[in-house]
Amino acid sequence: MNIHEYQAKEILRRFGVPIPPGDVATTVAEAEAIATKLGGPVMVKAQVHAGGRGKAGGVKFCKDVAAAKEKAAAILGMQIKGLTVEKVLVTTAADIGTEAYVGIIVDRKTKKAVFMVSAAGGIDIEEVAATTPEKILYHPVDPRYGLQAFEAQQMGFFLYADAKQARAAAKIMQQLYQAFLASGCSLAEINPLVVTPTGDVIAVDATMVIDDNELDRLPAVAALRDESSEEPSEVAARKANLTFIKLDGNVGCVVNGAGLAMATMDLVKYYGGDPANFLDIGGSSNPEKVVNALKIITADPSVKAILFNIFGGITRTDDVANGIVTATKANPLKVPIVIRLTGTNEEIAVKILTENGFSASSDMDEAVQKAVALAKGGKAA
Amino acid sequence: MSVFVTKNTKLLVQGITGRDGSFHAKQMMEYGTQVVAGVTPGKGGQKFEGTVPIYNTVAEAVKATGANTSVIYVPPPFAADAMMEAADAGIQLVVCITEGVPVLDMTRVRPYVMEKGARLVGPNCPGLISPADKAKVGIIPGRICMPGPVGVVSRSGTLTYEIVYQLTRAGIGQTTCVGIGGDPINGTNFIDALEAFEKDPNTKAVAMMGEIGGTDEQEAADFIKHHMKKPVVGFIAGQTAPPGRRMGHAGAIISGSAGTAAEKIDAFKAAGMGVAQRPKDFVQLIQERLK
Repeated sequence: MNIHEYQAKEILRRFGVPIPPGDVATTVAEAEAIATKLGGPVMVKAQVHAGGRGKAGGVKFCKDVAAAKEKAAAILGMQIKGLTVEKVLVTTAADIGTEAYVGIIVDRKTKKAVFMVSAAGGIDIEEVAATTPEKILYHPVDPRYGLQAFEAQQMGFFLYADAKQARAAAKIMQQLYQAFLASGCSLAEINPLVVTPTGDVIAVDATMVIDDNELDRLPAVAALRDESSEEPSEVAARKANLTFIKLDGNVGCVVNGAGLAMATMDLVKYYGGDPANFLDIGGSSNPEKVVNALKIITADPSVKAILFNIFGGITRTDDVANGIVTATKANPLKVPIVIRLTGTNEEIAVKILTENGFSASSDMDEAVQKAVALAKGGKAA
Repeated sequence: MSVFVTKNTKLLVQGITGRDGSFHAKQMMEYGTQVVAGVTPGKGGQKFEGTVPIYNTVAEAVKATGANTSVIYVPPPFAADAMMEAADAGIQLVVCITEGVPVLDMTRVRPYVMEKGARLVGPNCPGLISPADKAKVGIIPGRICMPGPVGVVSRSGTLTYEIVYQLTRAGIGQTTCVGIGGDPINGTNFIDALEAFEKDPNTKAVAMMGEIGGTDEQEAADFIKHHMKKPVVGFIAGQTAPPGRRMGHAGAIISGSAGTAAEKIDAFKAAGMGVAQRPKDFVQLIQERLK
């Protein structure tokens, strides 16, 4: 789960990280009020779940309240990577001396939480990593002992020659690590970590990504979810315990299992079609899930044909067949449907489908080709 | 012969009285697996299906039955503890089916299990099956498999079933199918399974299914290039997945790779592997390599 910059900053403040004051606004009037209260120059920053906000024009410096009002009006409602900006963070503009990067990620390779720090912070950090990797220090943390003070200090001195700044950075890294663990993060970063002209070390931007598997045991973190900034169909899918990602094509796909779902999308493309979505109904078998999946898919006007690809293991294919029958009785389909199912209780499933006027295939390639042809408006092959 | 799961597997089921655990314990018994014990804290002394003794702890179960393998069906909040309990009790192969284990838990579980000298498969995996030994640990449907010369290793669940099913329909059987699971931190990886298949005299070719994300497939390809004589055919799911709205820079910095299907397929080709574009392509590519 992604959270916004202002939410990540609230968490980090609670762990003691020094961060310039600011607040979040959903209207121009609120943004103006915050800028007035803060006084002096401010930054107005789009709060969306997408990287590259600054490059998209969603982060602006404002020398006074009038400018903040104008920029908030421009940024609120703008589109960044297909997402509408519903909120802006209005925060005191820091005087920036130097910019460093501090991040922690759960690393697949070392199987540990790994710190990455670099004195060459800012928006081009990925470029730094690619071209001058020696400018980045990698430090895996042993999960049995946690981050030791001397380790944080080593990283602090890698960033800053000045002892006071190095110690301040070390303290921030320990606070960041504690926040990372307590919030169930898979990623947490401060970029940039700034040294002001007066020598203070402060966090000017922060990103946190929460491991979805932590949300059940961390209700306070789960409550940070901002549904207004997500695709509505993806919100509906999550509530129905489905994994759904909307795409641009016209073949609506319903599949069980993420790997098979991706392979099905690949096959749709292979045969010249375009998938309208990724949808994984998961492992357990429940007709209700199928009903909800069909509701979500048919709500998308660009879907011209629906493709079911179910390989029954834990999932019982007769449950899927019953789901299809129930859903289409309640809401008759306006687009053609192609059903491929095989595996657990296949004979029963085929019988249910046939009795209700559907046909079923047991071959994946055949079903995909048929769905692609139907979506193009042609006859099924 | 087969790898990891054999005729000598004496299986213990953690969470045997739960909904998934009881269903799959029965399926594994029907397939022919020696299920020697179950563990559900508080239900020690009872019997599962009238025959399999249930214990309160894994240590007791191991002592009483000599179980050497454990399969875990407990809910996600308890899965980390269950894996460590099994390793601590001397279980040699710990297979965790549970989906949704927090990754920070796995940063602790993995070193713990390794220090105890156990092998972990999973979490979030379909488990293993060795058709010739009639031994199944996990949830892979038994009837889609048949004994034969192909080792299968995969990050996916149902996609594995699809490919194994297509192989079986074409008369190509398997030594062992290993589902390693798709979580960012897991136990057994591609290389561990490939190494075992290379050593197994009955395995003549390997089918490997990867997915987008991470660099495990690239590392596996490098291993194949330098350490394997047996032919390997690979597939990557997610060739058409769109780039996400990625947050933060850390992912790109640490891997130096976007983990795309194209990168992985290039690595497969560079290692001299066969590359299946579609699941059904496995049949022909494997057949050619078995000749």
